[in-house]
Amino acid sequence: MGKTISEKIITSRLGREVTAGDIVIVPVDLCMVQDGTGPLAIKQLRKLKRGGALSGPGGAVDCGIFAPEKTIIFLDHAVPSPRKELSNVQRELRDFARETKANLSEIGEGISHQRLVESFVNPGNIVIGADSHTCTSGALAAFATGMGSTDVAVVMATGKTWLKVPLTFLINVEGDFPQGVCAKDLILYIIGMLRADGATYRALEFAGKAVEKMSISGRLTLCNMAVESGAKAGLVASDSLTRAYLKERGREKRYKEIKADKDAKYERVFEIDASKLEPMIACPETPDNVKPISQIKAKNVRIDQVFIGTCTNGRIEDLRLVAEILKGRKCAPGVRLIIAPASRQVYLQAVKEGIFEILIGAGATILNPGCGPCVGLQGGILADNEKCLSTANRNFKGRMGNPNSQIYLSSPATAAWTAVKGKLSDPRETT
Amino acid sequence: MIIKGKVHKFGDNISTDLIAPGRYFHLRNNLPELAKHTLEDANPGFIKKVKSGDFIVAGKNFGMGSSREHAPAIIKLCGVKAILAKSFARIFFRNAINIGLPVLECETEKIARGDELEIDLAKGIIKNRKKGLELIFRPLPKVMVNILRDGGLVEHIRKHGGFQL
Ligand code: SF4
Repeated sequence: MGKTISEKIITSRLGREVTAGDIVIVPVDLCMVQDGTGPLAIKQLRKLKRGGALSGPGGAVDCGIFAPEKTIIFLDHAVPSPRKELSNVQRELRDFARETKANLSEIGEGISHQRLVESFVNPGNIVIGADSHTCTSGALAAFATGMGSTDVAVVMATGKTWLKVPLTFLINVEGDFPQGVCAKDLILYIIGMLRADGATYRALEFAGKAVEKMSISGRLTLCNMAVESGAKAGLVASDSLTRAYLKERGREKRYKEIKADKDAKYERVFEIDASKLEPMIACPETPDNVKPISQIKAKNVRIDQVFIGTCTNGRIEDLRLVAEILKGRKCAPGVRLIIAPASRQVYLQAVKEGIFEILIGAGATILNPGCGPCVGLQGGILADNEKCLSTANRNFKGRMGNPNSQIYLSSPATAAWTAVKGKLSDPRETT
Repeated sequence: MIIKGKVHKFGDNISTDLIAPGRYFHLRNNLPELAKHTLEDANPGFIKKVKSGDFIVAGKNFGMGSSREHAPAIIKLCGVKAILAKSFARIFFRNAINIGLPVLECETEKIARGDELEIDLAKGIIKNRKKGLELIFRPLPKVMVNILRDGGLVEHIRKHGGFQL
């Protein structure tokens, strides 16, 4: 019987046939924590090692980790630290990385999910992260999923985790995107269709001509938001674009072709015609509250702050698009435009290409690489009753630090054009 | 094991941002302090109403969103003995089991705020004696039953050195 991408990866890493529904213990190729989930993981790791089956010879406490080279500590959520409690936490994480020889991704290097694909993840890997958007790496045909601190502590200690091989929804996307419509609009449309729990426990496999033609950046945006439908993983088959992406980053040798069999068994199949899509907006307070821009425009929704960045849409391709729209234009009076590149590599590239000159000229405030205001810690916390349009993946009540504010989600193009117009606007009007 | 307690009722899609708001990120290393804000954006004053031994009963997709284990951890710290919901978000569900907090999937429509429930975890039965109501919850996979029985994932691994599927 044919296999889905998830079944293929897990079968290959396990060395025996598995199918959806099997509960298995798998070896983990990469595991990670970030500054929000790391301290609890370390606490649990220490507990695990104290006096139990995992303690060293003679019951000695051994706080080493199973595979330091496969473990990464990311400082990305609240960076540079905005308060002393977090400074102490970050110091603890740095100390832990030094003691265990785990990889440390310092403040300013960027958001974990972006850093993972830039420097660590290869096709066929199993990746477990203490961050729900770990599914982003599925864009490189890796089985990547988020878990909590304790689960990741066990991975750090043993190199393994248990999981249920998921059933898969195939999302087949044909046709060409209209001008002004992109991967973010597609995934918002999909989340709106599946709803916030429609794919719980499932893997989403994105395929079809529109996905084959899509840049890795766009595929990362798709897989990033898979969890917004409850999915365990989002996956795209590897191909020549994946190979080129790895080659640019010195990892061509790690390329592996991984795709679903033609007769793979899917629980459900969804057919989408990209040419029929329009720019989409997720309205407060869930990412599945999605409406096409044409329905919202008439409502004249004024926006106080536009935020462009995050693990969903803070890549160089996103910033290029934003610069194209903002070139020679200015943000509308009363609109604060905040931009945070997803990583230092993105930041540097944008500097080289002169993108910041355009963004700053238009009135943008540029933040350091990292999560920025996405999770309400710093860098753009909203005032009461303010409205923000963000290119992030979540708009839950209180997400950006104030439960009395409202968050809308969109593509970078819609965000940039909205910054110019001062209200939710259709990026197809730019030309 | 039979547990008894009073119901606090919530709706659908209670996110981890509602349970453990991001603005208290700096308190994550201090769970008793963080627990003072449990569910404060979903039900202000919840922390004053909840008593040790109570249950949270909710609609679908409880715990959607982030992987923060602090969310089930502070619910447990408030004294909540189990969460009943029509469905749970995957990571939250796993996290709750890992810290030894029972999460039960069942039809929750007929359970109301203030109801007194009696839950038999081993048999999988929920009773509301006053209303004469009896509900059955979906059984957990064996590995999760084992983790719960050992008191959480840390204890489970300490005891066995690995997972017992
Ligand atoms: S950018 Fe936002 S969604 Fe992405 S990892 Fe950071 S906080 Fe999470």
